[in-house]
Amino acid sequence: MTNQEVLDHIRTKFADSILEFDEPYGMLTLIINRDALLPLVEFIKSDELLQCTFMTDLCGMHHPEQKGRELGMVYMFHGWVKNIRIRIKCFMAMEDPHIDSLCNIFKAANWMERETYDFYGIKFKGHPDLRRILNMDEMDYHPMLKQYKLEDGTRTDKDDRFFGRDGNSNVEFDQRYIK
Amino acid sequence: MVKVANAPDGFEGPGFFATGVDKIIGLARANSLWPLPFATSCCGIEFMATMGSNYDLARFGMERMSFSPRQADVLLVAGTIAKKLGPVLKQVYDQMAEPRWVIAIGACASSGGIFDTYSVLQGIDKVIPVDIYVPGCPPRPEQIIDGIIKLQELVKNESGNRRNSPEYKALKDSYQIS
Amino acid sequence: MSTNPIEIDTLEGEFSTLNLGPTHPATHGIFQNILTMNGERIYHSEQTVGYIHRAFEKIAEHRPFNQITPLTDRLNYCSSPINNLGWHMTVEKLIGCTVPKRVDYMRVIIMELARIADHLVCNTVIAVDTGALTGFTYMFQEREKIYELYEEVCGARLTTNIGRIGGFERDFTPVFHQKLKKFLAEFPKKFQEFCDLTERNRVFMDRVINACPFDAERSMNYGFTGPNLRAAGVDYDVRVMNPYSSYQDFDFIIPIGTSGDTYDRFMVRQQEIWESIKIINQAYNNLPEGNYHADVPEFYLPPKDDVYNNMEALIYHFKIVMGETDVPKGEVYHSVEGGNGEVGYYLVSDGGRKPFRLHFRRPCFIYYQAYPEMIKGCLLSDAVVTLSSLNVIAGELDA
Repeated sequence: MTNQEVLDHIRTKFADSILEFDEPYGMLTLIINRDALLPLVEFIKSDELLQCTFMTDLCGMHHPEQKGRELGMVYMFHGWVKNIRIRIKCFMAMEDPHIDSLCNIFKAANWMERETYDFYGIKFKGHPDLRRILNMDEMDYHPMLKQYKLEDGTRTDKDDRFFGRDGNSNVEFDQRYIK
Repeated sequence: MVKVANAPDGFEGPGFFATGVDKIIGLARANSLWPLPFATSCCGIEFMATMGSNYDLARFGMERMSFSPRQADVLLVAGTIAKKLGPVLKQVYDQMAEPRWVIAIGACASSGGIFDTYSVLQGIDKVIPVDIYVPGCPPRPEQIIDGIIKLQELVKNESGNRRNSPEYKALKDSYQIS
Repeated sequence: MSTNPIEIDTLEGEFSTLNLGPTHPATHGIFQNILTMNGERIYHSEQTVGYIHRAFEKIAEHRPFNQITPLTDRLNYCSSPINNLGWHMTVEKLIGCTVPKRVDYMRVIIMELARIADHLVCNTVIAVDTGALTGFTYMFQEREKIYELYEEVCGARLTTNIGRIGGFERDFTPVFHQKLKKFLAEFPKKFQEFCDLTERNRVFMDRVINACPFDAERSMNYGFTGPNLRAAGVDYDVRVMNPYSSYQDFDFIIPIGTSGDTYDRFMVRQQEIWESIKIINQAYNNLPEGNYHADVPEFYLPPKDDVYNNMEALIYHFKIVMGETDVPKGEVYHSVEGGNGEVGYYLVSDGGRKPFRLHFRRPCFIYYQAYPEMIKGCLLSDAVVTLSSLNVIAGELDA
């Protein structure tokens, strides 16, 4: 099935939920409302034609320049029978970071959603055990957000000046995201 | 031509050899160290290759890997230590009995390596005292063996009273080890 | 025969807690399992991971594209060339570069050698966990030969940083050809010794047959890929489903198991080693003539005498080394078949010099979450052997 056929088939049921669609480098990408996520995923899993029974991956994104749609979720599914790959994206505002959990549909989503919560602070409604997984439990911020630095500010043995990261000078490579 | 290792300094006569107690014990300890391989990541695989038959570690007396800290002499930390693992490492070190030594294998264990991030401990000497650092990413088995030979020199020449000396106690206090 | 797992639903009898802690000789890697046990049977288990979290995805947002290759090395460090070459293919997909056929075949040879190395570690460690240390000692000798082959290509043994965006840094040297021919002639016999020691060995089979079987339905739901999924009977292989690097030119089978128990996982990996030897033979005997790199001057370092004599080459050299090449804007997902399954790279670029977002799809992280369900009701010794048969590599688990 070509991407156009897949898109038309999904549109028969979810025409108003799809905000945008695109085909970057050959993978069909849909941007949808976050309320439509659960029904759409159940549809592509159980549908006879698509049979996307495998969840490849899910991850979070942070676009600080898109006001009102800063946090994003990216899901990738794969239907092995017809070799169909679909990417689904949902955006949400920084002040309101919650989305439905896919744990009841795909058990693989469990730890991946915990990782996204750990990194971005997105809360998943209906997740059985939402807590930090990779970072220390005592950590009080979500490190992958763009405003946080990569390095540990308290380390004493490395001199930031030699890495071009002096807070006083103008030479900073990633000025775009430092608030 | 057989090369014989030098005996320690001492006084020799027919049927006896007198030397300091430190030297004999040091010699015995150096050639029968029992390591605790604390292998975390890539350096752990190079350590496994060093243990294998090509770069055999057993010739240095390290035939038996002890995984229990109570029975180990040397703590071989190979790989990245994250901040989450720091307390675990300290607990393993605390459980070891004196005399104990630590080798930090690899750049990550020595100073954090290429991972200058919020979640990685920048060197295990932030939590436990280290005797030998073996740089490399990962170090070749020959380098690891070089580190072990240097440790053997350290063990051979260690004075018997070192563990009771005030300098050693000050070192332990600086790391909050009882 | 391993005792079958039984249903334990109620908290009757005496329960004890056992910490298969982060540092344990049987967990080959750093992750913690807290087991609630009734005698020797496991009632419940809880995992803690993240003891080697090195924040790869955050680091990748601060490094130019060729400096991310050493990071990918340290994901699955038993087969690091596969991760390196997968990353290079992702960037080539983003910039729209096609590599010559010779590069494809060279990449296949290196990736299949890495797959053999990874499966050798896993299988010998399964044998070690049942007490059979001989296989480990013999097969690590063979891994040294594979390390020597890597050294001829890139100079490093384990964390290889092999290849470049657009191809390889140098063509295969005559010494490499000689060593590869010797390896291909001698390895099958040596590997056959390991097979004879374990595959039909009564003691080994009794230990691992029927140890924590996991059927295909649950495996797919939990996101299994790679040998663990193929042991359950599903023949999904990225090399066949979405061929990359000219894999469609080669003739190989996908071995599958039936019940997904430890013996099936062991045997699938054994068979995959034989298939890899077949693929390397085919690739080496049909190695096409051509250049060993594509023509992408913005990413591939120009030859040194051009750099000294030609202004344009000097500028390209400077920009590549200082990490100042801009890439097109876009998002791309590329996956390769790693030692443990589908290793995916999701790269989002905003037109700058560093990735805007890079996410690694790590198979170990995804299938390790099924471990509590796999060992529920099983004996402790089965749980230990199952853990080594899953081939959980801590670097890939935590990233």
